[in-house]
Amino acid sequence: MSFINYSSREINCKIVYYGPGLCGKTTNLQYIYNKTNPQAKGKMISLATETERTLFFDFLPLSLGEIRGFRTRFHLYTVPGQVFYDASRKLILKGVDGVVFVADSQIERMEANIESLENLRTNLTEHGYDLDKIPYVVQYNKRDLPNSAPLDELKKLLNPTTVPDFEACAVSGEGVFDTLKAVAKLVLQELKSGR
Amino acid sequence: MAGPGMVMYEEEFHKISAVIDKLVKDANAKVVFLVDKNGQMIAACGEVENLDTTSLASLTAGNIAATGGLAKLLGEKEFSILFHEGERDNLHISLIGQRVILVVIFDDRSSLGLVRLRVKKCGEELAGIFDQLMKKAEAEAAGVGGVSPFAEITDEDIDNLFRE
Ligand SMILES: Nc1nc2c(ncn2[C@@H]2O[C@H](COP(=O)(O)OP(=O)(O)OP(=O)(O)O)[C@@H](O)[C@H]2O)c(=O)[nH]1
Ligand SMILES: [Mg+2]
Repeated sequence: MSFINYSSREINCKIVYYGPGLCGKTTNLQYIYNKTNPQAKGKMISLATETERTLFFDFLPLSLGEIRGFRTRFHLYTVPGQVFYDASRKLILKGVDGVVFVADSQIERMEANIESLENLRTNLTEHGYDLDKIPYVVQYNKRDLPNSAPLDELKKLLNPTTVPDFEACAVSGEGVFDTLKAVAKLVLQELKSGR
Repeated sequence: MAGPGMVMYEEEFHKISAVIDKLVKDANAKVVFLVDKNGQMIAACGEVENLDTTSLASLTAGNIAATGGLAKLLGEKEFSILFHEGERDNLHISLIGQRVILVVIFDDRSSLGLVRLRVKKCGEELAGIFDQLMKKAEAEAAGVGGVSPFAEITDEDIDNLFRE
């Protein structure tokens, strides 16, 4: 849920990175953090286990430029991808303005991708959102790996509604900002339509 | 959709700031701030210069969300007050009208009893202001179009944001 502050002239929006365990959600945020200049970002918070698996969420506040005299701020969150953290995942989705689904391109993770996507839909529904109606993009991550599935197969399985989608390698950063820009753009367009 | 987002206007912002400013003094607190349940900072007063208020807001909301989840599992509606005791600073967190989180940071210049007492009174006042704010936002949303400054956003405006 966006927060429009007429007093401080700011718009705040919440974007959530969703996807199966180890698909690279945290890596996306780390790359964005590392490549953003200091005045445009706040501290990145990672609530993680000792083995660096996300336990509750990662949080990265970004401040883009101004739009019609309002400073635009995006709060990026990741969810914990491991199946048994579902209760936490659900909590993070509360008040979301836009969703990035990060898929793991490796063939052996296809089932996990599908399961996570179904889980996303279910959890959104519980908050009263419809995945087909909110700003939403898909990222096929880990394209650099030799065991990654062909793109058209991924598209068919994970993006039947053909929302904007991107190939990525979050470690090298390829496709990371394209994904972010696309979802941010959809969120702002939604704001414009005043829904 | 899950309803409109939160909106804050100048008038209500000043009222809210005045209330929490007073709470800082009345409760002998170091810092008082208000966060919406989604983790957006609404207002902060007191010794905030060296505080990372954005991080505080996000973690507070996460904390309330997790505690709310626990409450549900136990069949409670919500735990409306949380208290964290530190060696130097303490944290008193309370829910205002189901939507907003009020956080008071205090040290041994104050006490839990005093903070509780002052928060209770101030909470009612804040709930009133937020009710009024919600009504106003709903009325504006339902009213004549074109009031929103964002109705005029162009694709170019959006593209400009991402120009390095
Ligand atoms: N080869 C390759 N490895 C990647 C890529 N993206 C992420 N990784 C690696 O995959 C592992 C898991 O990445 P994370 O970003 O922690 O995954 P996550 O989705 O946050 O996982 P959870 O927090 O458990 O949900 C790390 O070792 C990353 O370095 C990629 O594009 N290519
Ligand atoms: Mg992670």
